[in-house]
Amino acid sequence: MSEAKKYPAPVTNPETAAFWDAAKEGKFMIKRCTACGEAHYFPRAICPFCYSDKTVWEESSGEGTIYTYSLMRKSPTGPYAIGYVTLKEGPSLQTNFVDCDLTTLKIGQKVKVVFKPTDGAPLPFFTPA
Amino acid sequence: MTIKGKAYIAGIYEHPTRHAPDKSTAQLHAEVAKGAIEDAGLSKDDVDGYFCAGDAPGGAWPMVDYLGLNTKKLRHVDSTETGGCSYIIHLGHAAEAIAAGKCSVALITLAGKPRTGAMPPRAAGAEADFETAYGATTHNAYGMCAMRHMHDYGTTSEQLAWIKVAASHHAQYNPHAMLKDVVTVEDVLNSPMISDPLHRMDCCVVSDGGGALIVTTPEIAKSLKKPLVRLIGHGEAMKGPRGGKDLDLTYSAGIWSGPRAFEEAGITPKDIKYASIYDSFTITVLMQLEDLGFCKKGEGGKFVADGNLISGVGKLPFNTDGGGLCSNHPVNRGGMTKILEAVRQLRGEAHPKVQVKNCDLAIAHGTGGLLGVRHAASTAILERV
Repeated sequence: MSEAKKYPAPVTNPETAAFWDAAKEGKFMIKRCTACGEAHYFPRAICPFCYSDKTVWEESSGEGTIYTYSLMRKSPTGPYAIGYVTLKEGPSLQTNFVDCDLTTLKIGQKVKVVFKPTDGAPLPFFTPA
Repeated sequence: MTIKGKAYIAGIYEHPTRHAPDKSTAQLHAEVAKGAIEDAGLSKDDVDGYFCAGDAPGGAWPMVDYLGLNTKKLRHVDSTETGGCSYIIHLGHAAEAIAAGKCSVALITLAGKPRTGAMPPRAAGAEADFETAYGATTHNAYGMCAMRHMHDYGTTSEQLAWIKVAASHHAQYNPHAMLKDVVTVEDVLNSPMISDPLHRMDCCVVSDGGGALIVTTPEIAKSLKKPLVRLIGHGEAMKGPRGGKDLDLTYSAGIWSGPRAFEEAGITPKDIKYASIYDSFTITVLMQLEDLGFCKKGEGGKFVADGNLISGVGKLPFNTDGGGLCSNHPVNRGGMTKILEAVRQLRGEAHPKVQVKNCDLAIAHGTGGLLGVRHAASTAILERV
């Protein structure tokens, strides 16, 4: 069901264009602040923690664990599971879990990033590792 | 500087409709405005402050014009938009404006028709490209909170169900309630799973309707005929994933708005006789009770179980109109109705079967936005004088 789902293309903007360019090459990027050392997601030009503008792109391992999830049993496009993944690098992010039996998801489960196509740049999703 | 005791709620009105395909949204705003102004015993031309949120068609200036407010007199407007808790925030802002002498009779309105037709989507935030595609809805955003709360604290679906059971006990006495049948824990657990771990009966209703408030000075309130109800503490706060650092979905922004309100009021949760707690979902109530300090974090499940929220049965009567879970949830925004029932309790105007005896201190608390994503919260502490 989720494989057939059509996802909206990211609109993108100057602040985040590099993220989507990297996604087209299969790279999952996060931002890190070189002033305070903290990584964050979604990417911003100004560090949300220390307000430094010295933020740089960093390729994430794409590996993480499920912080929480909820399986929506019905929708116009079928069941889907939303959740948060805490990346190895630290930040947690919102996503959908795909390419698996959605009824077997568990908090703490290891997952990895997988990109799904849109009419524009591909979107990051997560699947059991 | 404090707003404690400087503003009174002199007029309230809750629209009796739960389905209004025959009315316009602006019309519903006018009907609730008229109702609250008349309840206060004032006239339209007394209004010199107007407060509305994202549900008001076109915003403040089209509404002020449509409502026929006296623009020679109107000197303060506020269209703060924080979803369902906007009106609790408006109440605090109205008190601030009144305390500062910026207005003396503030009108706050809420109305809309999500049951008749879909609401327009809210404008995209900076996060849109990184979140919209994942389909966060109210159901699954609150489901994510419940899932993690269960994981961290052992909260159960049975405990959550008690919140709906309590609301249903109250709703049976509300002739306007959409769902008047008393339900059991088993009924809730046997209702279809919507978004794990929330069942259908963990979710509030979708209703048309609205409500309005008149907030005024102590002097004007005392010149009117209604029982005196005043605001003695107010807090507001916001919370989001903050760049993904230290994500914790088991608490809400109420953890900050609550203490701010209690500190201003100079009271503690133990002093509260009646609690209006936004009940978009059962988990919303449980988390907010913890965050406001009615019990320790993680002990909300035990606190709400066994009828503790039922008026006349438990220690903390809540949402005695049946709340969003059973009565109504106008415009998918529960903040206004939370204030309205708290004022009814303080006035002694709640249904006799659910009226709290000697109700002199009440709390009205709500959230806006999505608890599992980013949201606002606001807390109002009200006193009968």
